[in-house]
Amino acid sequence: MRDARMLVDALREPARVEALAGSQWADLISIARAESLIGTLAHRLESVAVPDRVRAILQDAVGAHALARQQALWEADCARRALADYSGKIILMKGTAYVAANLSAGEGRSIGDLDIMVDRKDLPEVEAALLDAGWEWVKPDPYDDQYYREHMHELPPLIHRERDRMIDVHHTILPLTAGPTPDAAAILESAVALDNGLYIMAQADMVLHSIAHLFADGDLAGGLRNLWDINHLLRDFSDANGSFWNELGFRAEKHGLTPELARALRLSAALFDTPVDPSLAGKAAMSDAFYVRRLLARDGYGREARKFTRMAFYVRSHWLRMPPLMLARHLWTKWRKGGKTGS
Amino acid sequence: MHHILLNVGPAAFRIASAWRQPLEELEALYQDYPAPVDRQVDFTVRLEPEKPWRRHIRPSVHIGGDFWLPDAAPLPLAQGLLAAEMGMNLQMALGWRRHLLLHASSVEKDGKALVMTGLSGSGKSTLSAMLAERGWRFMGDEFALLSLDTGEICAFPRLISLKNQAVEAMRQVAPADRFGPEMNATPKGDIRHLVPPVEAIARMDEPARPALLLFPRFGHAPALRDMGQAEIFVRLTQASTNYVALGESGFRALTRFVDQVPTRAMDYQSIDQAEELIDSLWSRLP
Repeated sequence: MRDARMLVDALREPARVEALAGSQWADLISIARAESLIGTLAHRLESVAVPDRVRAILQDAVGAHALARQQALWEADCARRALADYSGKIILMKGTAYVAANLSAGEGRSIGDLDIMVDRKDLPEVEAALLDAGWEWVKPDPYDDQYYREHMHELPPLIHRERDRMIDVHHTILPLTAGPTPDAAAILESAVALDNGLYIMAQADMVLHSIAHLFADGDLAGGLRNLWDINHLLRDFSDANGSFWNELGFRAEKHGLTPELARALRLSAALFDTPVDPSLAGKAAMSDAFYVRRLLARDGYGREARKFTRMAFYVRSHWLRMPPLMLARHLWTKWRKGGKTGS
Repeated sequence: MHHILLNVGPAAFRIASAWRQPLEELEALYQDYPAPVDRQVDFTVRLEPEKPWRRHIRPSVHIGGDFWLPDAAPLPLAQGLLAAEMGMNLQMALGWRRHLLLHASSVEKDGKALVMTGLSGSGKSTLSAMLAERGWRFMGDEFALLSLDTGEICAFPRLISLKNQAVEAMRQVAPADRFGPEMNATPKGDIRHLVPPVEAIARMDEPARPALLLFPRFGHAPALRDMGQAEIFVRLTQASTNYVALGESGFRALTRFVDQVPTRAMDYQSIDQAEELIDSLWSRLP
């Protein structure tokens, strides 16, 4: 198997897996596990006829993700209690937000760290409360620490000393050094309250965060899963809300993410047949094919494939995160310290 | 990549490797095992060069696969077979959810299973290998698979991984053609794999009801001691790789196991002593 296309096909049209033979199943499962999409695949294939061994594997994945979901909600509640005295909004982000709001993007989704967003001016208060409740620094290195605090969109990661779970406290959705500067105040302003007092982002902001996360904040590692999230969010929100596309276009402009939105809509439509607003998606670009190549760079043994494409996106991710002089200084410091590049 | 498919007990593996050598060794040692039905597998294990140039120059095997640990140390190619075995263990430990996995050895007689668990060096692996040459059916020396709904133990009779002095002890009683290559100075000491008796492989789909749990300890005067249920429970949670991952169903399976299976701590200095103690317990089982 040359790339991850068979996983995309299976997610988009589950009935297509009925044509798979034994060894192709091994490929599909390895690819889905490597892309952290096995739980999602399991949910998609629930009503499709599959061989017994495959059914057992999918059942395992459903069980594993049911537990992950429970743990993610529990972890969010732990943060809520640790921050009970904090009067500002605590916004759940990414996977935890999807399961807390019962969105289709949360079905079978793997969830690792807890990501929350608060007002930047309140970071010292939030940080102190979390330290008080048992979270500790993961990166004691002073350069890393200072780098995070001056240039990143989040505090250095904290880990809970008893539960061994990580929390990332964001104050906006992209590094401060990146080109686009999303309007964090607007995100906080329009966040939506859940029953338990925690918040999630408003529909358009949630989609745009997922898009910012996919394109402007990394080398597209885990990109297929992010794009699948985007596909689901777009479908859910446009079905339920007649003015969704208008809001999405308006908010993208406000956050400086219009080109990223267009690219995400085109890729989601191309890979997952997502119905999208053509005026927001814009014209197909030559470079879309390069993105698709990167998103599908996974072979049938679950290995990373297309080394050159991956490297190109890795370099690009750093280029996007910071201006050239700063990038050079950052890489120089990291190199002198003998650590890996990247923050 | 080259690959082969292996079926052990309820689990099927695809072992993919950048080199032929580990696969040829696996093929020879697993030749009596049935092939996975319709070429379907549960897990893929990957043996890859640690860096591209380490494929030919001082080849170094990185253990990867569907489930992997970020800090797994690479092994020299001469230990490729060990890498494959560790890779399979890793898939089970991190990915298997159809049973509660206990880091334990098990053997069967009269449809009843004897389960032995304990720290590394307690002799549980050697004991199970020895008992398998003395009339017991070998069910596994790495994992005992406790069924979540029936409470039975499923056999998982992989190659037996013999360490250090156990290699010589087993060479006295098992035929030479059942041994794999010698691997010296591995991270786990000197290792040699032993193919389980043919009966153990032929009957690997037969589960058995756990009838006795032992915590053996090698090197002390022979003795049997009772243990409190709380201690047994806690030690088994530590001996399980997926107890936490299973959540409530793991808790139920383990509490039932602790409630129902008589348990002893056993000290011994030789296999004969251990066999005598085990026989005395076994004959008094209900």
